[in-house]
Amino acid sequence: MFRYYLELAVRSLKRSPGLTALMVLSIGFGVAAAMTTWSVFRAVSGDPIPWKSSRLFVPQLDIWGPGNPAGDHEPPDALDYADAMALMRDHRAVWQSAIYAIAPMATPTGVGRMPIPLGGYAVYGEFFPMLDVPFEYGSGWSAEDDARAAPVAVIGDELNRRLFGGIDSVGKTVRIADQDYRVVGVLRPWNPQPVFFDVPDTGGFTMGGPDVFLPFQHALATGMANAGSVNCPKGVALDESGLAGLRRSNCTWITYMAELDDAATVRGYRQYLDDYAREQQQLGRFHWAPNNRLRDVPVFLDHEHVVPGDARLSMLVALGLLLVCLMNTVGLLLARFLRRSGEIGVRRALGASRGAICAQFLVEAGAIGVTGGALGLLLTGLGVLGVDRVLPVWMAGLARIDAVLLLLTVLVALAASLLAGAYPAIRASRVQPAWQLKTN
Amino acid sequence: MEIRPILASLRKHRIPATLIVLEIALACAVLCNAVFMIGQRMADIHWPNAIDEQGISVITVNGTDPGHAASDIPRDLIALRGIAGVTAVAAGTSMPLDQNPALSGFTTTPDGKTTVNSSVYFLGRGGPQALGLHLLEGRIFNDDEYADSGFKGFNSTGHVLLVTQSDAQRLWPNQNALGKVLYTNGRSWTVVGVVADVLAQDPKFSGPGGRYSTVFFPLQPDGAMGDYVLRSAPQDRARVLREAMDALSKLEPGAVLQGATYAGMRGDYFADTRSMVWMLMLVCVVMLAVTAFGIVGLTSFWVGQRRRQIGIRRAVGATRGHIMQYFQTENFLLSTAGVVLGMLLAFGINLYLMSRYEMSRMPWYYLPVSAVALWLLGQLAVLGPARRAAAVPPVVATRGV
Repeated sequence: MFRYYLELAVRSLKRSPGLTALMVLSIGFGVAAAMTTWSVFRAVSGDPIPWKSSRLFVPQLDIWGPGNPAGDHEPPDALDYADAMALMRDHRAVWQSAIYAIAPMATPTGVGRMPIPLGGYAVYGEFFPMLDVPFEYGSGWSAEDDARAAPVAVIGDELNRRLFGGIDSVGKTVRIADQDYRVVGVLRPWNPQPVFFDVPDTGGFTMGGPDVFLPFQHALATGMANAGSVNCPKGVALDESGLAGLRRSNCTWITYMAELDDAATVRGYRQYLDDYAREQQQLGRFHWAPNNRLRDVPVFLDHEHVVPGDARLSMLVALGLLLVCLMNTVGLLLARFLRRSGEIGVRRALGASRGAICAQFLVEAGAIGVTGGALGLLLTGLGVLGVDRVLPVWMAGLARIDAVLLLLTVLVALAASLLAGAYPAIRASRVQPAWQLKTN
Repeated sequence: MEIRPILASLRKHRIPATLIVLEIALACAVLCNAVFMIGQRMADIHWPNAIDEQGISVITVNGTDPGHAASDIPRDLIALRGIAGVTAVAAGTSMPLDQNPALSGFTTTPDGKTTVNSSVYFLGRGGPQALGLHLLEGRIFNDDEYADSGFKGFNSTGHVLLVTQSDAQRLWPNQNALGKVLYTNGRSWTVVGVVADVLAQDPKFSGPGGRYSTVFFPLQPDGAMGDYVLRSAPQDRARVLREAMDALSKLEPGAVLQGATYAGMRGDYFADTRSMVWMLMLVCVVMLAVTAFGIVGLTSFWVGQRRRQIGIRRAVGATRGHIMQYFQTENFLLSTAGVVLGMLLAFGINLYLMSRYEMSRMPWYYLPVSAVALWLLGQLAVLGPARRAAAVPPVVATRGV
C-alpha cells in the first residue's frame, strides 16, 4: 500500500511542479537555516568534558566583601594569590590546580629563526590527570617537580611540530623566555571548547589550543608575567606592575579547579571553604560572613554566560524562519489536497476508508519532506562550510558536519512536513464523497 | 468596495484564512525584530571615531627587551620618520578598537566615591599629531610634559591629561573642563585639553556609557609602548606600512611584528557584527520570499476553487476590475489582521529579547514601517492570481466544471 501511495504522491507532485518546488524550497530553506545555526549553538553550548564535568568544581571565595564586584552577592570568578596558595597547601580535593595564563616567547635553536609567541598556562602537575589531558608522548610532571619548581614543560602538538618536527621530543630542551625547560610530555591536539579551566580570561573560546604548560611554582620563581585578566576590588590599584605587585595584592588573576568525586566530598569541600573563610574572618582579613560558591563545570559555564548571545539570537531568528516556512507549507498542502476533492470523492465512493485517504496524503507530505530534507542537507552543508561568512570566525570554526547533524536535518524536515501535512490530510479525509460526486 | 461578501466568504474558508493571517503575523514579528537588530548593528559599525582613520597604519611590536625601550624607541622613530610619505609617527600603548581594553576609574574629587571608568591611552611625543586628534579646547602636551611622564602600575606619573568631549561633559556637566583635575588612588592630573570623541579600545566591552569615555596621557619612551602609529596620505599607506615593517624587522631582529592599516583594524573589529548583519538580511529575504510565495499559492488555490462563482459574477455584470478588486481587498483584510497580530507579537518578542539579551527597546516606528512592507508584499503577491481570476470568462458560469 505504501508503494502505491508513494507512486500516487510522485504522480501528483509531478502534475504541479511549481507548487511542489515551492514547498520543497520552503522546507529546505527553513530546515537548513535552523540546522546551521543549531550546529553552531551546539558547539558553543556543549560540555567540553562530558564524562567528568560533574566531578570538576570551581571554588569561588568572597574575598572582596559586599558591594564587589558589581553590587550583586556573587564572589569573583577567580582567586587572588594568597587564597589560591592556601587552597593548594591544604590540598583537600583528590586533584586540584591553581592556574594562570602565560604568554612567553619560545626561541627556536638555529640561526635566523624568528621567536615564537606562545599561549599557555602555569599549572600544577595534578592538572593533567584531573582534566584527562591526552598525551601523545610522555606525561605530566610529578608533585616533586612542583615542590622543587623544576624547569620542566609540557608542550602542545602544534609547538612540537614547529620546534621538533613532530617527533617524540620528551627529554629534549626547549628555550622559553630565556630559560631552558626539559620537555616531559607532548599533548595530542587538545583544545576543549569552552575553555572550562580558564573562562575569566578567554570568555570561553579561543582559536588555537594552549601551546605550553609550565610548573606554577617555577613560573612564579622566574617572574613569568601573567597574561590573563586582572580584576581588582573598588579603590585598589596595583602599586607595582608585574608578578610581584599581583602577588601582594588582593586582585584576582588565578583560576582554580578541583576534582571531587562524590556528594560527601563535595559537602566536605564546601564545609572546608566556609571554615577557611571563617578563619580569615577571625584573622581580620574578611569583615563579612563566608559567602562562597562551589559550582561544577556545567553550572559554572552557565553562571559565566559563556554561550554568546549572538549564537542564541541567530538560532531564535532561524527558528522563526522555520516556523514561517512550516505555516507556508501547511497552507500550500491544504490548497493542494482540497483541490483534489473530486479524486478523494471517487476513492471514498470506491471503498477507501478515511484512514486510507489520510495515509495517502501523509505519504505525499512525507515525500515532500524527504525531498525538502535532501535540499536542506545540501544547504546545511553549504551553510556550515560557509558559516564563517555569516558568523564570527571563532564561532564558525566550531561548527562541524557529522552524522548526528545530517540525520537530524532529515528527521526535522520529515517531522516538519508530516506536522504540516497532518491537518490538510485530516481535512482531505473528511471530504463528503456523495457531495463531491454530485457536484462534479 | 463592499467588504461584507468578502468576510462571509472568508468565514467559509476559516482555516486557510487563519493560516495566511498567522504567516503574515509571524513574518511581521520576525521582520520587525530582525530589521531592528540589523539597524542596531549597522549603527555600531559606523560609530564615529575622531582620529585620521584613513591615514593611519599601526605596527605592534612584541618580544623586545623593555629595558632598552628608552634608547630603542627613539631610534626606531627616527628610522620610521625617514620613510617617504610619512607625515607623523609616534609610539603608544594601545589603539582604539584594538580589543585590548585598558580601563581606569577616575573621580573628580580627591576622596570621590563615584568613579568613571575611562579607557586609558598613553602617547609618546607627537602622538596626538600621528593619531590626528581633533583639539576642541585648550592645548596638547608640550615637550616637558612628555619627558616628565612615566608609567607605573597602569598609571601615569605625570601631571596632565587630555579628555574627550564626552568625558568632559560626563565629568563636569555644563562647565569648562580645562584646568579641572582627575584623581585616582592618590594621584591627580590636570586637564590641559579637550579632544573630539575617540573610541575606547574595546567599546563593545566598555558598553554604551564607556564607548567615548577616553583619556590620553603623555609618556616618555617606555617598555609599555607596543604600538608605532604612522600617518601618511591614504594612497601611500600600503607602501608606507610595507617599508616600515622592513625597517623595523632590521632594527628589532628578535621581535614579533604585526602591521595593519587602521582601516583594516576597524574592519577586523566589526567583522563579527558585519557577519551577523549579513545573516539577518539573508533570513529576512528568504522569509519574505517564502511568505510571498505562500500567499501566491493559497490565493491561486482560491481562484481555482471559485472559477464558477467568478464566472457568475462576470455574467451578471461585474467588470474585470471588480474581480481584481475583490481579491486585492480580501488580501488587504487578511494582511491587516496579520499585521496587527504581528505588531503585537513583534513587541512581545522585543520585550522578551530585552529581558534575556542586551537589546534595547524597539522604536515604535519600526512597527508601521514593517506593516506597510508586508501590506505591499501581500498586494504584490496577490496581483498574479487576481489577474488570472479577472481573466476568467463569464461563459464559465454556464458550463460544468
